[in-house]
Amino acid sequence: MTPFTSMTAIAAPLIRDNIDTDAIIPSREMKTVGKTGLKEGLFAGWRYLAMGSRDLTPDFILNQPAYRDAKFLLSGANFGCGSSREHAAWALAEYGFRAIVAPSFNPIFHGNCIRNGIVPVTLAIDDITELADAMPAPIHISLEEMQVTGADGIALPFHLPEEARRALLLGLDPIGQTLLEADRIKAFLAKDALSRPWIYPN
Amino acid sequence: MSKTLFEKLWDIHVVMDIDGDAALLAIDRVLMHERTGGVALESLALAGRPVLAPERAFATMDHIVDTRPGRGDATLMPTGTAFIQATRQGARAAGIHLFDITDPRQGIVHVMSPEQGILIPGITLVCPDSHTCTQGAFGALAWGIGSSEAEHALATGTLRVQRPGTMRIMIDSQLKPNVSAKDLALHILSRIGSAGARGKVLEYAGSAISALDAEGRMTLCNMATELGAFTAIIAPDQKIFDYVKGRPFAPQGVDWDAALASWQSLYSDPDARFDTDLRFDAADVVPMVSWGTSPQQSLALGAPVPTAQAVAGRDTAEAHARARDYMDVTPGQPVTGLRIDGAFIGSCTNSRLSDLRRAAAILKGQHVADHVRAICVPGSSQVKAQAEAEGLDRIFLDAGFEWREAGCSMCFFAGGESFGPQQRVISSTNRNFESRQGPSTRTHIASPETVAASALAGVIAAAPVREISL
Repeated sequence: MTPFTSMTAIAAPLIRDNIDTDAIIPSREMKTVGKTGLKEGLFAGWRYLAMGSRDLTPDFILNQPAYRDAKFLLSGANFGCGSSREHAAWALAEYGFRAIVAPSFNPIFHGNCIRNGIVPVTLAIDDITELADAMPAPIHISLEEMQVTGADGIALPFHLPEEARRALLLGLDPIGQTLLEADRIKAFLAKDALSRPWIYPN
Repeated sequence: MSKTLFEKLWDIHVVMDIDGDAALLAIDRVLMHERTGGVALESLALAGRPVLAPERAFATMDHIVDTRPGRGDATLMPTGTAFIQATRQGARAAGIHLFDITDPRQGIVHVMSPEQGILIPGITLVCPDSHTCTQGAFGALAWGIGSSEAEHALATGTLRVQRPGTMRIMIDSQLKPNVSAKDLALHILSRIGSAGARGKVLEYAGSAISALDAEGRMTLCNMATELGAFTAIIAPDQKIFDYVKGRPFAPQGVDWDAALASWQSLYSDPDARFDTDLRFDAADVVPMVSWGTSPQQSLALGAPVPTAQAVAGRDTAEAHARARDYMDVTPGQPVTGLRIDGAFIGSCTNSRLSDLRRAAAILKGQHVADHVRAICVPGSSQVKAQAEAEGLDRIFLDAGFEWREAGCSMCFFAGGESFGPQQRVISSTNRNFESRQGPSTRTHIASPETVAASALAGVIAAAPVREISL
């Protein structure tokens, strides 16, 4: 996973509440079993003129020349609700997004972002609207300082749990980290099998 | 110290604390389906990481597999076959339990798991599927995860979990006879909104919850993900113990006795504190239907679509206008009476035997309106077999419904079957998002009773209030 420390980039405003994972990547666009080949399908229902076509909807934000190099997305409340499909995070990451700024996130999607090097930044909607109004000027997101800096210099602090922050900063592989604790897991299971034997089929 | 049910379950499963408010939690059961499970198994195999406890992991086919009679690996969803085969191969290679297409245990993961006794009280259970909260209904800590976390759970037998907050909704008094758990779920959504329980473990409690049967509790918990919850949970009681006992994967013999003794302590202590505590009165709940493109945009059957001003605290003017235009409804106009093109009974919300029985009681001896395409998809092969043994399939077929093989089917669109653009569908499913059931398809979610009554009327209609006699 690519670590994230800080980055300056354009943020594409797509400020709608309840953008669900099927809007982020429609199920029909999940064509292969793997985790790649998904960026084409990102926001396919909005980005393209018709289902199955690749003719661009001209006024969709990501199709506008000023936002071609956007690395951040500004959005509305409850971003990433709906299906748990990690393909939504994979598609966003493959497209090049490194941070999503929204007033709130669906919890499963929030976790999927962290496992794929995307910073979920929670800010108040008024602050997001203000950032959007100044677009397409670059903004700065620092995970070290836990702060978004607008083009006009306004500093907006945000919060992320320490475990998530560390994983993003270092680009950690959580499975690898946990496997380092294999002995403790084994000890737990041995003890637990005595107190809850019905959990462990023979 | 007093503890909530969630805190008791958390404490049982902590392997070690990580960074303050996070912990490494032991995961007792991992479930998968072919939509998101195959990719996790494949990725794990590529990384050379074995599954730690394959005997505690289960896979089934529900999302992509066709539900038309005579189905096989071929699907209407383009490339769907690859997902089915990858899941099958991955499951076999890892040695995990597989309920394949022709297995009598096959079904929607959240229907199959309780049916097989995989779901029992007191366990941690995860599945790369957002509706895993359904399974909190039995007093398990069960939640939806992404594919990477599924890999983590399979490889390590644990997950790194940020401790969620707690919330309780007490529901006093009793639901009226013509009101179901689905109506209650939509009632709560309409009151507290799509982020009303965001990130929280939501415990449902109170006399109206005790009165629900195991299947009704699953329906209610199923929609907690639409509230943004981490998951939902209900303290298990005798109804749940009776439901679980004797099922194939449930504890047997001395294990059963020990498990049952341990489950007796799975409740929130009387003076336990929740971060948020709400109360509802079940007597206030009436049959509900959604009008918009978010489950929170639901209202009482017969009530008018709200104006943007009336819901200004919940939906922005833009969101309201977008939903209104997409659904082709007008503020002030009731949803009841809108002409429908389709009716769908199925999904992890409402496809269990009791759901089919209640719908069949309304359909018996009648026929759906000529212009309505009506489909019933049992939640599992076992539900289908039980329904057929009771003759419910004849009632559905005689009423003009299609009677399908088990699976998720048209709850969501994956490039295969759809009711079509601008088609108005009344559906016993859980999501009315834009294009959820197909590009530009208009979904109204409601109880199976309301779906059945609407299919007969050809318009959105309330079910008659009457005794169920089957």
